[in-house]
Amino acid sequence: MPTEYEKRRLVGVHEERISDVSSTDYPGVYPGEDNSWNLENLKKNLTVKVQRLSQHSIDFDLIGVDAAIANAFRRIMIAEVPTVAVEQVYVWDNNTVIVDEVLAHRIGMVPLNVNPAVMNWRVGDSPPTDRDTIVFKVDLTCTRNLSAPKGSTNPSELYINHEFLSSHMTWVPVGEQAEIFAGCPPAASNQDIVLAKLRPGQSINMELHAVKGVGKDHAKFNPVATASYRLLPHIKITKPIPAEHAERFAKCFSPGVIKIDPKTKAVSVDEQNVRKDSVSREVLRHPEFRDSVELSRVRDFFLFNIESEGPYAPERLFPESIKVMREKIAIMKAAAEALLNDHNGNGDGDVSMAG
Amino acid sequence: MSQTTPKIKILPGATPDLSAATFQIFDESHTAGNALRWILMKNNPHPSENMINIRIQMYDGVSSLEALINALDNLDKLCETVEDRYLDSLREENFERWDEKR
Repeated sequence: MPTEYEKRRLVGVHEERISDVSSTDYPGVYPGEDNSWNLENLKKNLTVKVQRLSQHSIDFDLIGVDAAIANAFRRIMIAEVPTVAVEQVYVWDNNTVIVDEVLAHRIGMVPLNVNPAVMNWRVGDSPPTDRDTIVFKVDLTCTRNLSAPKGSTNPSELYINHEFLSSHMTWVPVGEQAEIFAGCPPAASNQDIVLAKLRPGQSINMELHAVKGVGKDHAKFNPVATASYRLLPHIKITKPIPAEHAERFAKCFSPGVIKIDPKTKAVSVDEQNVRKDSVSREVLRHPEFRDSVELSRVRDFFLFNIESEGPYAPERLFPESIKVMREKIAIMKAAAEALLNDHNGNGDGDVSMAG
Repeated sequence: MSQTTPKIKILPGATPDLSAATFQIFDESHTAGNALRWILMKNNPHPSENMINIRIQMYDGVSSLEALINALDNLDKLCETVEDRYLDSLREENFERWDEKR
Protein backbone atom coordinates (compact mmCIF):
# COMPACT_ATOMS: atom_id res chain seq x y z
CA MET A 1 0.00 0.00 0.00
CA PRO A 2 1.35 3.44 -0.87
CA THR A 3 1.92 5.83 2.03
CA GLU A 4 -1.08 8.02 2.66
CA TYR A 5 -0.51 11.53 3.94
CA GLU A 6 -3.15 13.66 5.56
CA LYS A 7 -4.58 16.07 3.00
CA ARG A 8 -3.45 19.02 5.08
CA ARG A 9 0.21 17.92 4.86
CA LEU A 10 0.19 18.11 1.05
CA VAL A 11 1.05 21.01 -1.23
CA GLY A 12 -0.95 20.49 -4.43
CA VAL A 13 0.93 20.57 -7.75
CA HIS A 14 -1.36 21.33 -10.69
CA GLU A 15 -0.89 22.10 -14.39
CA GLU A 16 -0.53 25.85 -14.04
CA ARG A 17 -0.39 26.49 -10.31
CA ILE A 18 0.30 25.12 -6.86
CA SER A 19 -2.18 25.04 -3.99
CA ASP A 20 -2.23 24.92 -0.17
CA VAL A 21 1.26 26.36 0.11
CA SER A 22 1.08 27.58 3.71
CA SER A 23 0.97 25.42 6.79
CA THR A 24 -2.23 25.48 8.84
CA ASP A 25 -1.13 23.80 12.06
CA TYR A 26 -1.89 26.76 14.31
CA PRO A 27 -4.27 26.87 17.27
CA GLY A 28 -7.80 27.82 16.24
CA VAL A 29 -7.61 26.56 12.66
CA TYR A 30 -9.18 23.13 13.21
CA PRO A 31 -12.15 22.86 15.61
CA GLY A 32 -11.46 20.56 18.54
CA GLU A 33 -7.72 20.40 17.88
CA ASP A 34 -5.10 22.08 20.00
CA ASN A 35 -2.05 22.45 17.74
CA SER A 36 -0.33 24.79 20.19
CA TRP A 37 3.36 24.22 20.93
CA ASN A 38 4.00 20.88 22.58
CA LEU A 39 7.48 19.39 22.85
CA GLU A 40 6.14 15.86 23.32
CA ASN A 41 4.12 16.13 20.10
CA LEU A 42 7.20 17.37 18.28
CA LYS A 43 9.26 14.45 19.57
CA LYS A 44 6.52 12.05 18.47
CA ASN A 45 6.31 13.44 14.95
CA LEU A 46 9.94 14.39 14.31
CA THR A 47 12.12 12.14 12.18
CA VAL A 48 15.68 12.87 11.11
CA LYS A 49 17.21 10.18 8.92
CA VAL A 50 20.58 10.25 7.18
CA GLN A 51 20.23 8.64 3.74
CA ARG A 52 23.60 8.96 1.99
CA LEU A 53 27.04 10.10 3.05
CA SER A 54 30.29 10.57 1.13
CA GLN A 55 33.57 12.41 1.84
CA HIS A 56 32.08 15.58 0.37
CA SER A 57 28.31 15.47 0.70
CA ILE A 58 25.38 14.25 2.76
CA ASP A 59 21.68 13.62 2.07
CA PHE A 60 19.24 13.47 4.95
CA ASP A 61 15.51 13.73 5.63
CA LEU A 62 14.11 16.19 8.14
CA ILE A 63 10.44 15.38 8.76
CA GLY A 64 7.94 17.08 11.06
CA VAL A 65 9.09 20.70 11.30
CA ASP A 66 7.83 23.85 9.58
CA ALA A 67 9.57 25.36 6.56
CA ALA A 68 10.57 28.28 8.79
CA ILE A 69 12.77 25.96 10.85
CA ALA A 70 14.25 24.01 7.92
CA ASN A 71 14.93 27.27 6.08
CA ALA A 72 16.65 28.83 9.10
CA PHE A 73 19.13 25.93 9.24
CA ARG A 74 19.70 26.10 5.47
CA ARG A 75 20.33 29.85 5.55
CA ILE A 76 22.69 29.55 8.53
CA MET A 77 24.73 26.86 6.79
CA ILE A 78 25.26 29.20 3.85
CA ALA A 79 25.74 32.53 5.60
CA GLU A 80 26.62 32.12 9.26
CA VAL A 81 28.74 29.02 9.88
CA PRO A 82 32.28 30.46 10.02
CA THR A 83 35.30 29.50 7.90
CA VAL A 84 38.76 30.94 7.30
CA ALA A 85 39.65 32.66 4.01
CA VAL A 86 42.28 35.06 2.68
CA GLU A 87 41.24 38.62 3.51
CA GLN A 88 44.39 40.67 2.82
CA VAL A 89 46.84 40.28 -0.05
CA TYR A 90 50.11 42.25 0.03
CA VAL A 91 51.53 42.30 -3.48
CA TRP A 92 55.28 42.83 -3.70
CA ASP A 93 55.49 41.76 -7.31
CA ASN A 94 52.99 40.72 -9.97
CA ASN A 95 53.69 41.31 -13.66
CA THR A 96 51.36 38.61 -14.94
CA VAL A 97 48.37 39.46 -17.16
CA ILE A 98 46.02 39.10 -14.15
CA VAL A 99 45.90 42.47 -12.40
CA ASP A 100 46.51 42.65 -8.63
CA GLU A 101 42.91 43.21 -7.54
CA VAL A 102 41.50 40.43 -9.70
CA LEU A 103 44.18 38.01 -8.54
CA ALA A 104 43.57 39.01 -4.90
CA HIS A 105 39.86 38.30 -5.36
CA ARG A 106 40.57 34.88 -6.85
CA ILE A 107 42.90 34.01 -3.96
CA GLY A 108 40.21 35.03 -1.46
CA MET A 109 37.81 32.48 -2.95
CA VAL A 110 40.18 29.52 -2.40
CA PRO A 111 38.72 27.20 0.30
CA LEU A 112 41.20 26.54 3.12
CA ASN A 113 41.40 23.48 5.41
CA VAL A 114 41.76 25.54 8.61
CA ASN A 115 39.46 24.59 11.51
CA PRO A 116 37.70 27.88 12.44
CA ALA A 117 37.12 26.65 16.01
CA VAL A 118 40.80 27.19 16.88
CA MET A 119 40.81 30.77 15.53
CA ASN A 120 39.67 33.98 17.19
CA TRP A 121 37.66 36.65 15.38
CA ARG A 122 39.78 39.53 14.14
CA VAL A 123 38.23 42.63 15.73
CA GLY A 124 38.16 45.88 13.78
CA ASP A 125 41.51 47.23 12.61
CA SER A 126 43.46 45.64 15.46
CA PRO A 127 46.93 44.42 14.49
CA PRO A 128 46.99 40.74 13.46
CA THR A 129 48.03 38.12 16.01
CA ASP A 130 48.88 34.42 15.78
CA ARG A 131 45.40 33.67 17.20
CA ASP A 132 43.39 35.44 14.47
CA THR A 133 45.52 35.52 11.31
CA ILE A 134 47.19 32.85 9.19
CA VAL A 135 49.98 33.91 6.84
CA PHE A 136 50.80 32.38 3.46
CA LYS A 137 53.54 33.33 1.02
CA VAL A 138 53.60 32.97 -2.73
CA ASP A 139 56.89 33.33 -4.56
CA LEU A 140 56.82 32.12 -8.15
CA THR A 141 58.89 32.93 -11.22
CA CYS A 142 58.26 31.41 -14.62
CA THR A 143 61.33 30.35 -16.64
CA ARG A 144 62.02 28.42 -19.82
CA ASN A 145 62.66 24.70 -19.45
CA LEU A 146 65.98 24.29 -21.23
CA SER A 147 65.54 20.53 -21.47
CA ALA A 148 62.12 20.69 -23.16
CA PRO A 149 61.65 18.22 -26.04
CA LYS A 150 62.29 19.85 -29.40
CA GLY A 151 59.16 21.01 -31.21
CA SER A 152 56.91 20.69 -28.13
CA THR A 153 53.96 23.08 -27.80
CA ASN A 154 52.94 21.89 -24.35
CA PRO A 155 53.42 24.73 -21.79
CA SER A 156 54.05 22.16 -19.02
CA GLU A 157 57.08 20.94 -20.98
CA LEU A 158 58.22 24.31 -22.34
CA TYR A 159 58.14 26.29 -19.09
CA ILE A 160 58.76 25.88 -15.39
CA ASN A 161 56.15 27.43 -13.05
CA HIS A 162 53.78 28.44 -15.85
CA GLU A 163 50.76 28.19 -13.53
CA PHE A 164 50.05 29.72 -10.12
CA LEU A 165 48.12 26.94 -8.35
CA SER A 166 46.43 26.94 -4.95
CA SER A 167 49.17 24.50 -3.86
CA HIS A 168 51.72 27.32 -4.27
CA MET A 169 50.29 29.08 -1.21
CA THR A 170 52.87 28.13 1.42
CA TRP A 171 51.98 28.52 5.06
CA VAL A 172 54.28 30.60 7.26
CA PRO A 173 53.73 29.62 10.92
CA VAL A 174 53.70 32.54 13.35
CA GLY A 175 53.86 32.46 17.18
CA GLU A 176 52.20 29.34 18.59
CA GLN A 177 50.74 28.28 15.24
CA ALA A 178 53.42 25.65 14.55
CA GLU A 179 52.13 23.72 17.59
CA ILE A 180 48.41 24.41 17.14
CA PHE A 181 48.37 23.33 13.49
CA ALA A 182 50.99 20.56 13.80
CA GLY A 183 48.44 17.86 12.92
CA CYS A 184 46.94 19.72 9.96
CA PRO A 185 49.11 22.42 8.39
CA PRO A 186 47.00 25.19 6.81
CA ALA A 187 46.63 24.85 3.03
CA ALA A 188 44.04 25.01 0.27
CA SER A 189 41.57 22.12 0.59
CA ASN A 190 41.84 21.67 -3.19
CA GLN A 191 45.44 21.84 -4.39
CA ASP A 192 44.75 22.11 -8.12
CA ILE A 193 42.98 25.44 -8.49
CA VAL A 194 44.63 27.53 -11.24
CA LEU A 195 44.82 31.13 -9.98
CA ALA A 196 46.96 32.68 -12.72
CA LYS A 197 49.01 31.69 -15.76
CA LEU A 198 52.59 32.84 -16.26
CA ARG A 199 55.11 33.06 -19.09
CA PRO A 200 58.92 33.32 -18.88
CA GLY A 201 59.97 36.57 -17.20
CA GLN A 202 56.76 36.93 -15.22
CA SER A 203 56.68 36.44 -11.47
CA ILE A 204 54.38 36.68 -8.47
CA ASN A 205 55.54 37.54 -4.95
CA MET A 206 52.82 38.07 -2.34
CA GLU A 207 51.93 37.71 1.31
CA LEU A 208 48.40 36.51 2.12
CA HIS A 209 46.59 36.99 5.43
CA ALA A 210 43.65 34.67 6.15
CA VAL A 211 41.05 35.43 8.85
CA LYS A 212 37.85 33.90 10.24
CA GLY A 213 34.59 35.17 8.73
CA VAL A 214 31.01 34.30 7.73
CA GLY A 215 29.24 34.00 4.39
CA LYS A 216 26.94 36.96 4.99
CA ASP A 217 30.04 39.18 5.02
CA HIS A 218 31.51 37.66 1.83
CA ALA A 219 30.63 34.51 -0.13
CA LYS A 220 34.24 33.31 0.14
CA PHE A 221 33.51 32.41 3.80
CA ASN A 222 30.58 30.17 2.81
CA PRO A 223 31.46 26.64 4.07
CA VAL A 224 29.13 24.77 1.69
CA ALA A 225 29.27 24.28 -2.06
CA THR A 226 25.47 23.91 -1.88
CA ALA A 227 23.02 23.52 0.98
CA SER A 228 19.46 23.00 -0.22
CA TYR A 229 16.29 21.11 0.46
CA ARG A 230 13.24 20.07 -1.54
CA LEU A 231 9.91 18.63 -0.45
CA LEU A 232 9.16 14.94 -0.86
CA PRO A 233 7.12 14.35 -4.04
CA HIS A 234 3.85 12.49 -3.60
CA ILE A 235 2.01 10.80 -6.47
CA LYS A 236 -1.48 9.40 -6.06
CA ILE A 237 -2.90 7.31 -8.87
CA THR A 238 -6.67 7.80 -8.60
CA LYS A 239 -7.85 5.67 -11.55
CA PRO A 240 -6.29 2.50 -12.94
CA ILE A 241 -4.04 3.11 -15.94
CA PRO A 242 -4.93 0.83 -18.91
CA ALA A 243 -2.23 -1.78 -19.58
CA GLU A 244 -1.53 -0.46 -23.07
CA HIS A 245 -0.69 3.00 -21.64
CA ALA A 246 1.50 1.70 -18.77
CA GLU A 247 4.88 2.34 -20.43
CA ARG A 248 3.88 5.80 -21.60
CA PHE A 249 2.57 6.66 -18.13
CA ALA A 250 5.83 5.55 -16.48
CA LYS A 251 7.83 7.68 -18.93
CA CYS A 252 6.05 10.80 -17.64
CA PHE A 253 8.03 10.44 -14.39
CA SER A 254 11.69 10.20 -13.50
CA PRO A 255 13.23 6.72 -14.06
CA GLY A 256 12.32 4.22 -11.33
CA VAL A 257 9.45 6.22 -9.87
CA ILE A 258 6.64 4.16 -11.48
CA LYS A 259 6.66 0.37 -11.24
CA ILE A 260 4.94 -1.78 -13.87
CA ASP A 261 3.91 -5.27 -12.88
CA PRO A 262 5.55 -7.57 -15.48
CA LYS A 263 2.48 -9.83 -15.69
CA THR A 264 -0.57 -7.63 -15.26
CA LYS A 265 1.01 -4.36 -16.52
CA ALA A 266 -0.59 -2.63 -13.53
CA VAL A 267 1.23 0.59 -12.58
CA SER A 268 2.10 1.68 -9.04
CA VAL A 269 4.32 4.22 -7.33
CA ASP A 270 7.68 2.95 -6.03
CA GLU A 271 7.76 4.16 -2.42
CA GLN A 272 11.57 4.08 -2.20
CA ASN A 273 12.12 5.87 -5.50
CA VAL A 274 9.34 8.46 -5.38
CA ARG A 275 11.84 10.94 -3.93
CA LYS A 276 13.75 10.81 -7.21
CA ASP A 277 10.84 12.31 -9.12
CA SER A 278 11.46 15.76 -10.58
CA VAL A 279 7.72 16.60 -10.40
CA SER A 280 7.94 17.75 -14.01
CA ARG A 281 4.11 17.68 -14.39
CA GLU A 282 4.60 15.98 -17.78
CA VAL A 283 1.81 13.52 -16.88
CA LEU A 284 -0.69 16.40 -16.73
CA ARG A 285 -0.02 17.26 -20.39
CA HIS A 286 -1.55 13.96 -21.49
CA PRO A 287 -5.37 14.22 -21.61
CA GLU A 288 -5.80 10.47 -21.00
CA PHE A 289 -3.76 10.65 -17.75
CA ARG A 290 -4.76 14.09 -16.50
CA ASP A 291 -7.70 12.85 -14.41
CA SER A 292 -6.01 9.67 -13.22
CA VAL A 293 -3.31 11.15 -11.04
CA GLU A 294 -2.86 13.74 -8.28
CA LEU A 295 0.58 15.32 -7.87
CA SER A 296 1.70 16.96 -4.64
CA ARG A 297 4.59 17.46 -2.26
CA VAL A 298 4.65 16.78 1.49
CA ARG A 299 4.89 20.17 3.21
CA ASP A 300 6.91 19.11 6.26
CA PHE A 301 9.11 16.44 4.60
CA PHE A 302 12.44 18.06 3.75
CA LEU A 303 15.06 16.26 1.67
CA PHE A 304 18.30 18.04 2.48
CA ASN A 305 21.40 17.87 0.29
CA ILE A 306 24.58 19.47 1.61
CA GLU A 307 27.95 19.57 -0.16
CA SER A 308 30.90 20.63 1.95
CA GLU A 309 33.87 22.56 0.63
CA GLY A 310 36.55 23.45 3.13
CA PRO A 311 37.28 22.43 6.70
CA TYR A 312 33.98 20.77 7.74
CA ALA A 313 33.16 17.13 7.14
CA PRO A 314 29.75 17.13 5.39
CA GLU A 315 27.97 15.51 8.36
CA ARG A 316 29.29 18.31 10.67
CA LEU A 317 27.61 21.18 8.83
CA PHE A 318 24.05 20.62 9.99
CA PRO A 319 25.03 20.41 13.72
CA GLU A 320 27.15 23.54 13.25
CA SER A 321 24.12 25.39 11.90
CA ILE A 322 22.05 24.27 14.90
CA LYS A 323 24.85 25.48 17.18
CA VAL A 324 24.79 28.93 15.55
CA MET A 325 20.98 29.02 15.80
CA ARG A 326 21.09 28.17 19.51
CA GLU A 327 23.74 30.84 20.11
CA LYS A 328 21.43 33.39 18.48
CA ILE A 329 18.55 32.24 20.69
CA ALA A 330 20.70 32.44 23.85
CA ILE A 331 21.78 36.01 23.03
CA MET A 332 18.20 37.12 22.27
CA LYS A 333 16.94 35.45 25.44
CA ALA A 334 19.52 37.18 27.62
CA ALA A 335 18.56 40.53 26.08
CA ALA A 336 14.83 39.87 26.57
CA GLU A 337 15.39 38.85 30.20
CA ALA A 338 17.37 42.04 30.81
CA LEU A 339 14.39 43.98 29.45
CA LEU A 340 12.04 42.06 31.73
CA ASN A 341 14.27 42.83 34.73
CA ASP A 342 14.20 46.52 33.87
CA HIS A 343 10.45 46.37 33.46
CA ASN A 344 9.92 44.71 36.84
CA GLY A 345 11.15 47.75 38.73
CA ASN A 346 14.89 47.23 38.67
CA GLY A 347 15.27 49.89 36.02
CA ASP A 348 13.42 53.10 35.18
CA GLY A 349 10.10 51.27 35.02
CA ASP A 350 9.77 50.92 31.27
CA VAL A 351 11.30 48.90 28.48
CA SER A 352 13.57 50.95 26.31
CA MET A 353 11.64 52.59 23.51
CA ALA A 354 13.25 53.33 20.19
CA GLY A 355 14.02 56.99 19.33
CA MET B 1 -21.97 63.23 19.31
CA SER B 2 -20.58 59.73 19.86
CA GLN B 3 -16.87 59.02 19.95
CA THR B 4 -15.76 57.22 16.78
CA THR B 5 -12.65 55.03 16.56
CA PRO B 6 -10.12 56.68 14.27
CA LYS B 7 -9.55 54.64 11.10
CA ILE B 8 -5.78 55.02 11.28
CA LYS B 9 -3.72 55.52 14.43
CA ILE B 10 0.03 56.07 14.65
CA LEU B 11 1.32 53.93 17.51
CA PRO B 12 3.89 55.18 20.04
CA GLY B 13 7.49 54.69 18.99
CA ALA B 14 7.27 56.52 15.66
CA THR B 15 10.18 58.78 14.77
CA PRO B 16 9.32 62.52 15.00
CA ASP B 17 9.79 63.08 11.25
CA LEU B 18 7.58 60.01 10.54
CA SER B 19 10.37 58.30 8.62
CA ALA B 20 9.41 55.16 10.55
CA ALA B 21 6.07 54.36 12.20
CA THR B 22 3.64 51.57 13.03
CA PHE B 23 0.09 52.23 11.79
CA GLN B 24 -2.98 50.64 13.33
CA ILE B 25 -5.85 50.44 10.85
CA PHE B 26 -9.24 49.84 12.43
CA ASP B 27 -11.77 47.36 10.98
CA GLU B 28 -9.46 45.95 8.35
CA SER B 29 -7.86 42.50 8.00
CA HIS B 30 -5.27 40.60 5.99
CA THR B 31 -7.37 41.34 2.91
CA ALA B 32 -6.44 44.99 2.76
CA GLY B 33 -3.33 44.58 4.89
CA ASN B 34 -1.50 42.12 2.69
CA ALA B 35 -2.49 43.99 -0.49
CA LEU B 36 -1.26 47.23 1.06
CA ARG B 37 1.99 45.64 2.19
CA TRP B 38 2.58 44.33 -1.32
CA ILE B 39 1.88 47.64 -3.06
CA LEU B 40 4.09 49.46 -0.54
CA MET B 41 6.95 47.11 -1.34
CA LYS B 42 6.46 47.82 -5.07
CA ASN B 43 7.03 51.54 -4.80
CA ASN B 44 8.70 52.81 -1.73
CA PRO B 45 12.42 52.73 -1.22
CA HIS B 46 13.07 51.02 2.08
CA PRO B 47 16.36 50.38 3.82
CA SER B 48 17.90 46.93 3.92
CA GLU B 49 19.04 47.16 7.52
CA ASN B 50 20.47 44.48 9.76
CA MET B 51 17.52 44.55 12.16
CA ILE B 52 14.00 43.12 12.36
CA ASN B 53 10.87 44.39 14.10
CA ILE B 54 8.57 41.91 15.81
CA ARG B 55 5.19 42.94 17.17
CA ILE B 56 3.60 40.60 19.72
CA GLN B 57 0.04 41.27 20.80
CA MET B 58 -1.47 39.33 23.74
CA TYR B 59 -4.93 38.95 25.28
CA ASP B 60 -5.90 40.00 28.82
CA GLY B 61 -2.82 42.07 29.57
CA VAL B 62 -0.50 39.05 29.46
CA SER B 63 3.14 40.16 29.06
CA SER B 64 4.35 40.05 25.46
CA LEU B 65 7.91 40.05 26.77
CA GLU B 66 7.29 36.83 28.71
CA ALA B 67 5.71 35.36 25.56
CA LEU B 68 8.90 36.24 23.65
CA ILE B 69 11.14 34.62 26.28
CA ASN B 70 8.90 31.54 26.34
CA ALA B 71 9.03 31.31 22.53
CA LEU B 72 12.83 31.52 22.55
CA ASP B 73 12.94 28.71 25.11
CA ASN B 74 10.66 26.52 23.00
CA LEU B 75 12.66 27.23 19.85
CA ASP B 76 15.85 26.23 21.67
CA LYS B 77 14.29 22.95 22.80
CA LEU B 78 13.19 22.29 19.21
CA CYS B 79 16.76 22.86 17.96
CA GLU B 80 18.11 20.54 20.66
CA THR B 81 15.62 17.82 19.72
CA VAL B 82 16.43 18.08 16.00
CA GLU B 83 20.16 17.90 16.75
CA ASP B 84 19.76 14.86 19.02
CA ARG B 85 17.76 13.00 16.38
CA TYR B 86 20.28 13.87 13.65
CA LEU B 87 23.22 12.64 15.75
CA ASP B 88 21.26 9.46 16.64
CA SER B 89 20.72 8.78 12.95
CA LEU B 90 24.42 9.35 12.20
CA ARG B 91 25.44 6.98 15.02
CA GLU B 92 23.08 4.27 13.81
CA GLU B 93 25.06 4.20 10.55
CA ASN B 94 22.01 2.85 8.78
CA PHE B 95 22.74 4.74 5.58
CA GLU B 96 24.49 4.37 2.25
CA ARG B 97 28.18 5.29 2.21
CA TRP B 98 29.57 6.14 -1.18
CA ASP B 99 32.86 7.29 -2.65
CA GLU B 100 32.56 10.70 -4.26
CA LYS B 101 35.21 11.29 -6.88
CA ARG B 102 36.56 14.76 -7.59
